[in-house]
Amino acid sequence: MLKISGVTKTFNAGTINEKKALNGIDLHLKPKDFVTIIGGNGAGKSTMLNMIAGVYNCDTGSIVLSNEDITKQPEHKRAKLLGRVFQDPMRGTAADMEIEENLAMAYRRGKVRGLSWGITKEEKALYVEKLKMLDLGLENRMTSKVGLLSGGQRQALTLLMATLQKPQLLLLDEHTAALDPKTAHKVLSITEHIINEQGLTALMVTHNMKDAIRLGNRLIMMHEGRIIYDVEGEEKKNLKVEDLLKKFETVSNGEFANDRMLLA
Amino acid sequence: MNILLAIEGAISQGVLWGLMTLGVYITFKILNFADMTVDGSFALGGAVSAILIVKGMNPWLSLIPAILTGMVAGGITGILHTKIKIPEILAGILTMIALYSINIRIMGQANTSLLGESTVISILNGMIGASTNTLALVIGVIVSIIVIAILYWFFGTEVGSALRATGNNEYMVRALGANTDVMKIIGLMLGNGLVALSGAFVAQSQGYADVGMGQGTIVIGLASIIIGEVVFGNRFNFAYKLAAVVGGSIIYRIIIAVVLQLGMKSTDLKLLTAIIVAFALAMPVVSKKVRYTLCVLLVAFMILVTKQIVPILLIVLALIIVKLISSVICKVFQKDESKQEVKGA
Ligand SMILES: Nc1ncnc2c1ncn2[C@@H]1O[C@H](COP(=O)(O)OP(=O)(O)O)[C@@H](O)[C@H]1O
Ligand SMILES: [Mg+2]
Repeated sequence: MLKISGVTKTFNAGTINEKKALNGIDLHLKPKDFVTIIGGNGAGKSTMLNMIAGVYNCDTGSIVLSNEDITKQPEHKRAKLLGRVFQDPMRGTAADMEIEENLAMAYRRGKVRGLSWGITKEEKALYVEKLKMLDLGLENRMTSKVGLLSGGQRQALTLLMATLQKPQLLLLDEHTAALDPKTAHKVLSITEHIINEQGLTALMVTHNMKDAIRLGNRLIMMHEGRIIYDVEGEEKKNLKVEDLLKKFETVSNGEFANDRMLLA
Repeated sequence: MNILLAIEGAISQGVLWGLMTLGVYITFKILNFADMTVDGSFALGGAVSAILIVKGMNPWLSLIPAILTGMVAGGITGILHTKIKIPEILAGILTMIALYSINIRIMGQANTSLLGESTVISILNGMIGASTNTLALVIGVIVSIIVIAILYWFFGTEVGSALRATGNNEYMVRALGANTDVMKIIGLMLGNGLVALSGAFVAQSQGYADVGMGQGTIVIGLASIIIGEVVFGNRFNFAYKLAAVVGGSIIYRIIIAVVLQLGMKSTDLKLLTAIIVAFALAMPVVSKKVRYTLCVLLVAFMILVTKQIVPILLIVLALIIVKLISSVICKVFQKDESKQEVKGA
């Protein structure tokens, strides 16, 4: 499904700001794997997702997704394989455009855009159906500007947009971190629903260890640009938050003691 | 009366320059790209059209090469920015500076006179004799309607939607599989094509092309866009917004014509335009109190440089009335977004 081999990434190489963000990542996903990713600030979680999405080029290594080598593909080309939701609710939607226009953009992911009309009648009916599933009342506001929506509504919409065309891989980068707990919970259950319903393969970064254990069939922990822990199946199900904390302490000599992950 | 004649001329000029304003609207507002190329591509359109007319080409046909060369200029700025990663302002300035030399090469000198040559206006004059201003106005209005219709269609298509979204949120557009570099290049080509078309019309209506005719185009465009938004409101559908842009261009020209008639030195015009733009850009970021103070200061400035009180106050009054009328019309016709939100929540 997804095969990442020996990927490294150094930012600002050769300057005083040099930062080794990824230190040799190997990761192999099976179809329908739902993997949660945890790790402290600066561990390289976002960078790993960004490398898969093509925001940055790999220094070394390769990324193969659905038998297609995407290592050197530009971001907009590999977008046909990927659904993405970002931490910042502003990132995933166009604020000055209407809800239905945003959905129409997403509906054309991976397709050639031409000079035919940007949105059709049949599509609108489809979007109403899809929006109803979110249960946020957005189906009655199809022509509202997205900028009028709350952060949670925007994230739910982005999630819908990311999966409107079934992606080979769904990338979720702390997509509930900017939301209040209640909204975060709602968006998370929508996430779960969509992933199960469509049988998606997904990578989800979260700073909430309980969620990381509760959701998905596999969990990986990152630290200083490496994957330092990788569990799945029964073993993962039986994990306790304390186990993860202990794991952190062994790799970081207690420096995580005041990390925000503890508070989650 | 002198001033009425000046206003009549200003209206027809406003419509012809309105095409340029539409071009700036595409790059600055829709694409969110501060494109300095336009100063050069406006003169480029004028130069290309004028020299081709002198060489014997039909004035209407000469508009096509004018548009095409303008598009090339915009495309070059786009490539400098997206492929070579030159910051957008600098990319535009580079093309603009290059165009100065190129425009002189095209014309073989710094200007080309169209005295005694046939122009789109003289052709029409041969058919329905009327004053130059009236004819320019008729042509300008018809062309503007056609251009607005085309833009309305284009920005509703899949590519047009992606282009609008690029100006709004590039990250999203790339994540949804569109090439934002290509979108920017298309937008810059479209914008500069329109600016060059406007330059061609202006050259033909004033009877000459000059290498300096595009100076300050970007600022004039911005001033017109802002005036249009303030007076006609930023609402309704896309076609209304585009028409408001042309309306802004007309009002800008009227203001200029009037203050000139009132005795402002023409060399002070650029200062006034810059002040209007800086002033308008300040409006949304300052408090209400500062806003009113600024308005009073601007009016005081105008009175000071023109040394006329009553006419300036009359202009202010006229603008307020137009604004009130347009907001009443809009209130009647518009379904209010904020009301919609309350309903949905
Ligand atoms: N575009 C960038 N330029 C420079 N440094 C970066 C960039 N993106 C990330 N980094 C650095 O790489 C490291 C990993 O960052 P990131 O992947 O965002 O961590 P995480 O998401 O796990 O918190 C951090 O030290 C961060 O400062
Ligand atoms: Mg991160």
